Amino acid sequence: MAERTHREPQRRDDETSEVDEGVPARSEDGTRLKAELDDLLDEIDEVLESNAEEFVKSYVQKGGQ
Amino acid sequence: MALPKVCGIETEYGIFVRGAENDPVAASSLLVNAYADRLGPRPGWDYEHERPSSDARDPEPPALDGGLDPELESRLVNTVLRNGARYYVDHAHPELSTPEVRTARDAVLWDVAGERIVRRSVEMALGHLPTGAEIVIHKNNSDGKGNSYGCHENYLVDRAIPFGRLVNGVLAHFVSRQAICGAGKVGSEFPGQSPDAVPFQLSQRADFFEEQVGLETTIRRPIVNTRDEPHADPLVYRRLHVICGDANMSQVSTLLKVGTTSILLAMIEDGALSDDLLPANPVTAVRQISHDPTLRATILLDDGRRFTALDIQEALLEQARAWADRFGLESVGPEVGREVLDRWTDVLSSLRSGDGRAARWVDWVAKARLLDAYGARHSIAEGAPRMRAIDLQYHDLRPDRCLADRVGLEQILDEAEVARAVDEPPSDTRAYFRGRCLGKFGDRVVAANWDSMVFDLGHDPLRRVQMSEPLRGTADLVANVIDESSTVSELLERLGS
Repeated sequence: MAERTHREPQRRDDETSEVDEGVPARSEDGTRLKAELDDLLDEIDEVLESNAEEFVKSYVQKGGQ
Repeated sequence: MALPKVCGIETEYGIFVRGAENDPVAASSLLVNAYADRLGPRPGWDYEHERPSSDARDPEPPALDGGLDPELESRLVNTVLRNGARYYVDHAHPELSTPEVRTARDAVLWDVAGERIVRRSVEMALGHLPTGAEIVIHKNNSDGKGNSYGCHENYLVDRAIPFGRLVNGVLAHFVSRQAICGAGKVGSEFPGQSPDAVPFQLSQRADFFEEQVGLETTIRRPIVNTRDEPHADPLVYRRLHVICGDANMSQVSTLLKVGTTSILLAMIEDGALSDDLLPANPVTAVRQISHDPTLRATILLDDGRRFTALDIQEALLEQARAWADRFGLESVGPEVGREVLDRWTDVLSSLRSGDGRAARWVDWVAKARLLDAYGARHSIAEGAPRMRAIDLQYHDLRPDRCLADRVGLEQILDEAEVARAVDEPPSDTRAYFRGRCLGKFGDRVVAANWDSMVFDLGHDPLRRVQMSEPLRGTADLVANVIDESSTVSELLERLGS
């Protein structure tokens, strides 16, 4: 009995993934992009310089071509 | 019949020294010297035949004799690399010009190789800096405070095409192509406009164009630059010097920028581009389009119609496909030409539908998406200092800081080919001869430039080898001769020069 209740949700997972296969590639792309973006947002505060705003202020270039 | 679209990219990088005196000229020189000194003997740049003040609107092609142009004096450090590129200090920026390449894909390859060279130079220069100091490089085109520096493209064009026809042909594209290859920017730098008036725009460069056509590159910048320095036989060729583009972090954006422009120039040469898309006010139109990331802004055409950037790009693409069917893609490389047409189609369809796929391909879309998501998560307003920091750091070449490396941009190059392109020239242009000679006989090359090399044979006089044909000096034509020559004298003898 306990085994059966344990299996049921797994079957549902399988069914869901079968449905997912029918979704166009473009949505998978979108989902992947969003997941990547979420990951990036999680790490971005570490990648961004701690004094980033100060750096932007001091960032002055000589004009070129 | 369109000429082969030999092309190249020149990138002026932003440079900033932290933890020591911020002298951009000295730092740029340090980078070039640090890199070039590792390579052994270094030939100088040969300024013979450089005429940046020759104007394409003059009826006569530029002559090959005469004195040096005063502008050249501002170029301090200058060298030629084994991959056929030119690496130098221009004004107060390190600049790297790719070797001449035969396709847009190769332009991407040697442009990315250029990034690697600059990144390596930074590592090599580190030992020459005080402890704790660093040189920070950005592949961008503006400091956000009204100072801009360029990323120029060059295309080989038939001298027989009247310059006015070229101008009328390219304007619709130069005004609208920022939608498919703009690098994106937070804020406005248009003189007289508040920086916050434009929270985000498509292009780094759009705010800096004041003229439709002109010779200048550093002031009153024109959309179409008339510098007439073909660096090749002036009776046969022009080099269209394109100064209105952005430096791209996305490889696909660079491919589209160079690929679509190559195709349109070939179409003009084949008489296959209509002139009914001419913008009525190109200078205003560049900004109108850039300042509206919803892509809904319409610009007035000469014939009274109003088109969005996507309307213009779709019309150009349709004509390009018809041209490809009729004339073939030989002039831009058949495989690369096909890829450019397909990717152009995909990007336009994604921008039209808003399905988000373009974020993998187009810098401004990728950057806008990152800014929007970051702003939403942290409740930060558009244009806030933190947003400007993200904008700047998108272009930061430090591997641990570069945001463009982290936003999921599609890579079209593999690492092995990039590593090769750092040290080796393309095989199918005269850059092959330049690069191979430097690799094999570097200690005998006194000077080099785009269309000649000067060799020291160990006795007087020095010998100049002229390379006025961009498609001679290829591996097919000279690889054996270079391989089999053990001295420069032998090489020149076999070449019959």
